Amino acid sequence: MSTEQLPVLLVLAPLMAGFAAYLLPARFIKVLVTAAFVSVVIVLVPLYEYLTIAGPLRTSLGGWGVPLGIDLYMDGTGFVMLSMTTVLLAAICIYSHSYFGNGPRATRFWPMLLLTWASLNNLFITGDIFNMYVTLELLGLLSVGLIALAGTPAAYAASLRYLLAALCGSLFYLLGVAMVYANSGNLDWVELRLYLEGGPSAAIALGLITAGLMLKAAVFPLHFWLPPAHANAPAPVSALLSALMIKASFYIAMRMWLWVFPGSINTDLAAPFLGVLGAAAIIYGSVQALRQRRLKLLIAYSTVAQLGYLFVFFALSVEPGSATPALQAVVMFAISHAFAKAALFMCSGAIIHAYGHDWIDSLHGCAERLPAVTFAFAIAGVSIMGLPPSGGFIGKYMLILTAAEQGKWFWAAVLALGGILAAAYVFRVLNIALCTGKSVAVGQSVPAGLIWPAWALAVVAMLLGLLASGPLEIVAIGAPELDLFRTMPVDSP
Amino acid sequence: MTLHQALPILILCTSLLPAIWIFFLKESQSLLRTSLNLGGAFLKLGLVLLMFREVSLGYTVAFEYSLMPNLSLKLHADPLSMLLVSLSSVLWLLTTLYAIGYLKESPNRNRFFGFFSLCVSSTIGIAMAGNLITLLIFYELLTLTTYPLVIHRGNNKSIEAGRIYLAYTMLGGAVLLVGVIWLQAIAGGVDFTATGYLSAMSEDNHPQLRVIFALLIIGFGVKAALVPLHGWLPLAMVAPAPVSALLHAVAVVKAGAFGIVRVVYDVFGIEFCNQLGLLEYLAVAASITIIYGSVRALYQDDLKRRLAFSTVSQVSYIALGSAILGPMATIGGITHLVHQGIMKITLFFCAGNFAETLGVHKVSEMDGVGRRMPLTMAAFTIAALGMIGVPPIAGFFSKWYLGLGAVDSGHFWVVGVLVISSMLNGAYFLPIVFRGWFVTREVDWPHARTLSKRFETAPLLLLPPLVTAAICVLVGVFAGAPWSPLYWARLIMLGEM
Repeated sequence: MSTEQLPVLLVLAPLMAGFAAYLLPARFIKVLVTAAFVSVVIVLVPLYEYLTIAGPLRTSLGGWGVPLGIDLYMDGTGFVMLSMTTVLLAAICIYSHSYFGNGPRATRFWPMLLLTWASLNNLFITGDIFNMYVTLELLGLLSVGLIALAGTPAAYAASLRYLLAALCGSLFYLLGVAMVYANSGNLDWVELRLYLEGGPSAAIALGLITAGLMLKAAVFPLHFWLPPAHANAPAPVSALLSALMIKASFYIAMRMWLWVFPGSINTDLAAPFLGVLGAAAIIYGSVQALRQRRLKLLIAYSTVAQLGYLFVFFALSVEPGSATPALQAVVMFAISHAFAKAALFMCSGAIIHAYGHDWIDSLHGCAERLPAVTFAFAIAGVSIMGLPPSGGFIGKYMLILTAAEQGKWFWAAVLALGGILAAAYVFRVLNIALCTGKSVAVGQSVPAGLIWPAWALAVVAMLLGLLASGPLEIVAIGAPELDLFRTMPVDSP
Repeated sequence: MTLHQALPILILCTSLLPAIWIFFLKESQSLLRTSLNLGGAFLKLGLVLLMFREVSLGYTVAFEYSLMPNLSLKLHADPLSMLLVSLSSVLWLLTTLYAIGYLKESPNRNRFFGFFSLCVSSTIGIAMAGNLITLLIFYELLTLTTYPLVIHRGNNKSIEAGRIYLAYTMLGGAVLLVGVIWLQAIAGGVDFTATGYLSAMSEDNHPQLRVIFALLIIGFGVKAALVPLHGWLPLAMVAPAPVSALLHAVAVVKAGAFGIVRVVYDVFGIEFCNQLGLLEYLAVAASITIIYGSVRALYQDDLKRRLAFSTVSQVSYIALGSAILGPMATIGGITHLVHQGIMKITLFFCAGNFAETLGVHKVSEMDGVGRRMPLTMAAFTIAALGMIGVPPIAGFFSKWYLGLGAVDSGHFWVVGVLVISSMLNGAYFLPIVFRGWFVTREVDWPHARTLSKRFETAPLLLLPPLVTAAICVLVGVFAGAPWSPLYWARLIMLGEM
């Protein structure tokens, strides 16, 4: 098998494991999951070497090639997203093993988790925007199932609400894709910019696609479904949803805005509009997080706020020459957020395990009772606040620097303000956790499997700041240069 | 990696690694915890001495690590950083001893000593930072690591103080971040250079540079407690005594003042600041803070609060020194960086001793403490006289050079500020000294405890203030010696002018 064909394995391994987990008895799950991880890691290593030496990698499935068949395409951004997914899922799997044990929910959880993984990997290597739609739909349905695993009425209601939002979002996206196909006769996102003709049809397509994705990514004001869904799901699922699922929709939006449409549409007005929504999300999400009484809801609203940063990125990426630095910044931000946010949800799961609830005002003495969990929460919180030396800091620093270099002071101020608000809600929890005042009732002790994965992810989010240059260099492989695209004739080939 | 590259990292690690280790200890392993603390502190002192020697011999001691293109973490040892590094490693050792005595048998000591060491690591990082971004990183880390210390007692009062501390420092940090990034966007990431690196920038950039200067000074001014950014400092007094001592002498407040010195001398360059017309504003802000802090201190009955307002006032001497163009003022300001630290830490150690041994928290309760605790009161008196500016104690030299600098540069009003401030210093310190020594005690101590059979209080609480009081006198008497802060300040001045 040549290196070009390896990416297929990234999808096949978890997919096969997922089907096998469904069919085989529960005792095989450990082996299956381990096997899937081993194969994915074994594939990622040569792919990394290929990327750094030869650049982006394209695979034609079945030898058909563009525009007839489906191509796989992997550049630096895709690779970083894949690696992030692998590390996160490894931690989530260890955590879930402790969380679900061998109970009846486990047998339903593992196949869905593995299929989610396969879908995510597929998304990050596909070169086809219709294939992206299929992935998006799969992820949506799997999320509904995963949320419902909690088994509470609130979780059922939240998962149904999410189902409606997800279907609606995918529908918009599909309409947009159809219009793109009608316009250009092509679905390959890498090459679409060469075929796409400007004008109203492209603009409407971009509008539909973006609206659909914003609904799925829960960008303010389309965030209504996120807090109940993320807060009522089981802890490992919350981690998965907040860290990865949201990023999937954002990832597609990024591809559209930076790769597909810049050649044909002038986004000088539309991009700042997305940025404004992002800024509103930062403020609104943070204020809501400050007002929540339950820990998981606070963390969920924090996701709404952090997504705002990801959308402010669009406002910073339109100036000539700014696409690559902005892309590096936002990917750094997105992966740091993923690690930190998953760690926070894992901590909340451990706290619920010990206390039996997650009412913030009743978490007095948490630092004494669960020192390791509180510490992990604090370290992950530092990354969420964007303070040094975390990955979140590097991401925020680069975003503000990009804004400053373009003289866009409004955005710089919003990004800085967002950090302060994040500090306010993270410390709101830590303040109470560090309070001694009340006597601490002894409850259930927390198994190590619910603590160490959270620790590991929090530390990774922190170390990302010190080891940022590696991921940043990879992201630059195959990164777009908008100004190049702009000068290219729209109807070239 | 050569020794000269490794030294800054090693010095950082002597407190960083023990801190991490301590977090993983059991609460009962107090012997190992103490050994880790003291071992790290002594090792750090040794390495600092080695670095001192290497820098004196003219070697460049620097470590650089690239975080990403145009952004590097740089630690170096120039004379200015040597000053703060030496100060913090000496005072860390003494404060650790003090804290071990102070926190005997109290809960959560792992957490305390872990963050205590992290806090010192951050301060050392600030001292050795070779560019603004490194300074910013350690400055923010300092906020994060001091917060658990401020709220260590865990009661509502300390949590509330911690909240206000965070509100101020986080806002300051955000302002600083914007300033640093803005500067990076127009000037690139440049290392600190004596005489600054911005003077070559074109005229068009000057308005922007003025705004950036303001942002940076506000950012650092929060921790330096420049009025009106000082509100957190008196509240942070709820922290345990060793923390207050460290906060006021070397860590937080000093970090802010040090940042201002760096910005004025090594980023903008003092000549260039003067050219931009920024120094006047800084001088006025510093003078207002000096007078305001002293006046407020007069009215505090709580001893620690009085000391806190005294810090507000005294730390601004450093800013004042960097706001007056001329060699003498520079020497005065930079010397005060060290002198204020030694004097203030002595005062806080003594205040802690009074509170721990006799339950005395208020100035009005201090009648006759000098007879009950003569050694502590003697240390307190020396430091207080130094603060007022009585020769030959440390504080005199700072004020003397500041005054000379003000006269040299024609800022006669600054001399007035110094005189008024010294009078106010006398007005709020001398009554304490008088009560302590000359007023006879008529009522019982509020909460007396016997901490030692032979000494007036526990030996570990007594030794540190005696040592620092002795240093206050020694650096004054031997102000001309090549190891004295004054000598180094002169050396720094020669580089900056």
